[in-house]
Order: sequence, then C-alpha cells, then structure tokens
Amino acid sequence: MSALLEVEGVSKHFPVRQGLLGRSSGLVRAVDGVSFTIEAGTTFGLVGESGCGKTTTSKLILGLERPTAGAIRFQGENVLALDRAALARYRRSIQAVFQDPYASLDPRMRVGTIVAEPLVINERLDRSARRRRVLELLDLVSLPARAAELFPHEFSGGQRQRVAIARALALSPRLVVLDEPVSALDVSIRAQILNLLGDLQERLGVSYLFIAHDLAAVAHMSHTIAVMYLGQIVESGPAEAIALAPQHPYTQALFAAALPIDLDGPRPEVAVAGEVPSPLRPPAGCRFHPRCPHVMPVCSTDPPALRPHANRSVACHLY
Amino acid sequence: MPSPPVSDPVLARAGLPRPIVDVRGLRTHIVTRWGTVKAVDGVSFQVAEGETLGLVGESGSGKSMTCLSLLRLVPRPAARILGGEVWLDGEDLLAKSEREMRAIRGRRIGMILQDPMSSLNPVFSIGMQMREPVALYHGLRGSALAARAAELLAAVRIPAPAERLRAFPHQLSGGMRQRVVGAMAIAAPPRLLIADEPTTSLDLTIQSQYLGLLEELQDRHRLALVFVTHNLGIVARICDRVAVMYAGRIVEMGPVRRLFTRPAHPYTRALLESIPRLGTRATRLTAIEGQPPDLAHLPAGCAFAPRCPSVMERCRVEAPPETVVEAGHVTRCWLEAPARPGDSPGPGAGPAR
Repeated sequence: MSALLEVEGVSKHFPVRQGLLGRSSGLVRAVDGVSFTIEAGTTFGLVGESGCGKTTTSKLILGLERPTAGAIRFQGENVLALDRAALARYRRSIQAVFQDPYASLDPRMRVGTIVAEPLVINERLDRSARRRRVLELLDLVSLPARAAELFPHEFSGGQRQRVAIARALALSPRLVVLDEPVSALDVSIRAQILNLLGDLQERLGVSYLFIAHDLAAVAHMSHTIAVMYLGQIVESGPAEAIALAPQHPYTQALFAAALPIDLDGPRPEVAVAGEVPSPLRPPAGCRFHPRCPHVMPVCSTDPPALRPHANRSVACHLY
Repeated sequence: MPSPPVSDPVLARAGLPRPIVDVRGLRTHIVTRWGTVKAVDGVSFQVAEGETLGLVGESGSGKSMTCLSLLRLVPRPAARILGGEVWLDGEDLLAKSEREMRAIRGRRIGMILQDPMSSLNPVFSIGMQMREPVALYHGLRGSALAARAAELLAAVRIPAPAERLRAFPHQLSGGMRQRVVGAMAIAAPPRLLIADEPTTSLDLTIQSQYLGLLEELQDRHRLALVFVTHNLGIVARICDRVAVMYAGRIVEMGPVRRLFTRPAHPYTRALLESIPRLGTRATRLTAIEGQPPDLAHLPAGCAFAPRCPSVMERCRVEAPPETVVEAGHVTRCWLEAPARPGDSPGPGAGPAR
C-alpha cells in the first residue's frame, strides 16, 4: 500500500475576536498538531465528540481552510505550496459527501443536473458524453436511469444520499471525505448505504476519510481509526485493535459509552465525569486529565506524546 | 364508558404489577395534502411502575405521535385521535376535558424532548423556568420555592445549583440543558415519564451520563418510563421491554433480552442484523431492501411486506393479527399466526446471534 494523503503536524487556530475593534482575545485550537496517513484504497476513520476537531481536519484536507501550521502531502506533493492549476487538480481528486442529503442537494435542480455539475465545471465533455457519464454514475449507486429526470424531493433520504455519492464520484476522485454520511438516515437504510460505500471502494479503489459519531459504523467501515480529543489525536491504529481493545482512557470511555446491542458482552462501566472543556482554554498537560479515571500527577504538567504501544499509537502517560 | 382493565393476562403471567399506563387500540390519523396518514393505527401497550418500555422504529413509524396522543397534544386540526383508550392509574385520559388534561400534563405525565434548546425559553433564567412547575405543583413561594428548585437541579447532578438558577439556557452546555429539562419533568414527580429521544443531541460520554441519571430518577420515584429511540444500544442498556413500531403499528413487543435474542418479526430481525457491531470488519452488513413506506399510500396487508425477505402471498392481502409468541412476547406476522401452524419460518428465521 502507498500513502495517498499525509497530514503532518497540522494545526488550525481560530482567533476569537471580541468588542467593537475586533481585538483578538484568544485562540481556539481547533486542531493542534495532528498527524496521520491515509493509504490508497483504504478507509481512515476519525472519531471523537463534537468540537474535537474532526470536521476542521476534514476542511483542511478539502482545502476549505488553510492550516496555521504543518504540512499536507497528496501523493507526495505539498498541497499548501501548489499553484492555481495544480490546486484545481488536487481539489478534483478530493470530494465530499455530507451528513444531510436534504441540505446538500439543490431542491430546484434535477438529479441529472446535480450529478453532471462537477463534469460541466471541470471536464470538457459534449452533451451526449456527459449524459452517458451521468447514467453510468447513477447505475454505480444503483439508481434507475429515470432518476436523472426527477427532483430531490421525489426521493427518500437513502436515495438522496445515493445521489450525493454519485455526484462526489463524478470526477473519479482518489479520496472522498464522508462526514457523518448515514447519521441523518433511517436505521433500516444505513446498512444499504454503508454496503454501497464498501462496494464502491472495492470497485474503484477510492480512499475514504470517514467521520462519524457511530463508533460501531466507523469500526465496521475503517481499516485505520484515529480518536481525537480537543484538537489532538489521543490514539490511532488498526480499526480492529482499537475497537476491541482500546488503550487510551478516553478511547475506553468512548467505546464503553457506545452501547453495543449485545446483551451478554462485557459492559465495562468506565464512567467519565464532567464535560469536554472549552478549546479556548484547554487544560495543561494531557487535555483529558481533568476527566480521566487514571489521572496521575505527571498528567497535569506534561503533555503525553503519541508513542507506539500494543500495535498502535497512544498518547498517555500510562504506557 | 368502558371500565378500567382490572388485570391484564399478559402482564399477570409475566409477573408484573398492575400497569400505571394502559393504552388500548389507540388510533391517531393525520389529514395531509397527500392523503390520510394512519400515524398511530391500533397501538396497545402497558407500562408498570418502575418499568421502562422502549419505543423503537424509524422516523414516521408513529413513535412520537403515540407519545403526543398520550398527552392529547397531537397537532390539531390536522391530527385527530380517532379511537382507543389511554388509562392512567385507572382513569381514561381520552375521556377527560381539556381543562382536566391541563392538570395532568406535567404533573402526572412528564415529558422530555429531543432538543433541550427548544424546550427551554431562551429569554428567561433557569430559575424563572424551574419555579413555574414547582409553584404550580407544590404551591411553594419565596425562598422555599427557590430552595426546592435548587434541590431539583441538585437531583439531576448539576453542580452549584443555586448559582445555576440565575443562568440562562445559552450559558449551559447541551448536556446541562437536558438535565434542566429533566429536573422540570420530575418536579411533580409524575407517574409516567415520556422521554422522546432525549439523548440524540448529546455526545456519547454525556449520553451515557444522562442515561445513568434517568435510571437513578426512575428508581427513586418508581416512574413508568416510555423511552422513544431509534438506537437499539440504548434499548439494550436501559429498557425492560421494547415495542418495535412500523408504519403506525407495533409489529413486535416483548422483554428486551427475548426480542434481541429471538426476534419473531422479520423487521425486528433485519434491524438487529443491519447494525454494525464492534469488531466485525470485512463482513457485509445485512441490509433491509427497499425504502421506508409511504405512509399516505400503505400497501394492503402487512406494511412491511414489500421489504420482507420471508413474504408470502397472504401478507400482501391481509394484515396479520397480533399473535402471542410466548407470555409477554407478541408480534404481528403471518409466520407466527396460529391460523397457519404448519408454516415453517422462512429462510434466515433462526435465532439471531
């Protein structure tokens, strides 16, 4: 396997402005020194609670935000140093599918037009070639050809998400960012869409950055998982290892709170007290230490580095 | 007027006490531009003291409309409760006047909704909003009122409750807001608490804390709890029994363990199999084919028939009756109906993992 996307020590800090003059009164460290690699043809799962920096990370990768520090390399090339033409090429190789297919599809455009839009903008195809490509894409996501003539409101949530996936695949991207792709869908439809995404990866060799709250879904879809807390990765490694034997106390708490539907499985009551602190004033040392059940004196002073442990990387003084 | 049910054979056999709430044949329809939607179509269930019933189903299956019907808060004039009985401690709520209902809502039936920001008024302090139900139910005033409000906040584990009374909703986190809503819901305390997806807007670790809190409140007040959710993990964690709804009907109901290990209805079985489980990469999920039903144009017979893997001729013609699979476990499926005892279950009908 070769690295498709390398994220190295990337940070994104947002200044908080207050008052009439807009003086900067603080920094939100939304993403703070995050590194990971997405291999070609695999799925990289990013999990964590709201405000942990998952979505900001995906925006940095999509080029919707510029990092404050760090480097992003796509197929070995530094994305942040690309010229206009190269940047346009990069953006074509990275597409996104968002959570709510009711919001991400224009209600006044026919599905055929929606799916064709990236082609119109990026590729010089004549009308009939474009039409062929649209039908091909609809077929790829198991929608009938006549879907092209209909409007989004004529479809159910699951079918709309298929349209969004077809649009994301229109330019044959190498990486698709899936930001909560099934959270807005009915429970009975989620498995259809997850299976479809899996099939498409197998057929097209596309990589996914999969962001979701549903840990079981992430564990099911991903080859590699990274767990974020307050802008930093606290644990990352093979999906199975992390899902079955989480090591970082936060990962343990998160997976314990994920409520498996197995009635007889072990139910470790790792109760985490308190709430996520403000990213404006993250705690010193390990950012999780005020809520950690295993907190030690060193945790409040020294931030732990990600170190290899038990077939993965963990940022915790316990190991 | 029908007399209150004295004892229920199903519950009695299951060894449960007399129900606090007993819903029988509840029907609520909504008139829309696209036709009449049978949002709740003959729903019956009981919940006993200290018991938690999970109400599961996808959006549009009638979970929330069932809850609103219990409170008689269906959106009028589009929605109408057309029939059935709702017994609360031996009184039929559907026979009450609107005035009588007002004394029951909040006081005897508490409700927690999904989004705490929309159940709290943004322009009043937490204290102002807490004092209203407390004054109403307990007739307290002045410092006794403030003290009782602070006590309630402490009961839902809000730190520094006396100071929080001066805070406004926007100054609290989502988890804290939902605790405030919980505190208001148990102010009376009610006999029945309806929680409609109360943790959907909360983060995982906060959700876990909140579920623990609900269990604690239920233990203390012996509430009957109806918990609406689409998350089967939550059902496994806190419910005693579960009712699975599909297109306005309860298609299966029984003790959680029984339903999860030996589901009788193909929809329940498919739901359980379609959910990814931790540590099972590489296996394909068993997806439920087709799309959720169009409620204004339901098929004749069983509403799940178009998506059912074990569908038979009869399913498309005739709606299946409620069948007792085992004491306390009922389902609506022709596979289980006594009229066809010779029918062997369809493929994949064995017990789930």
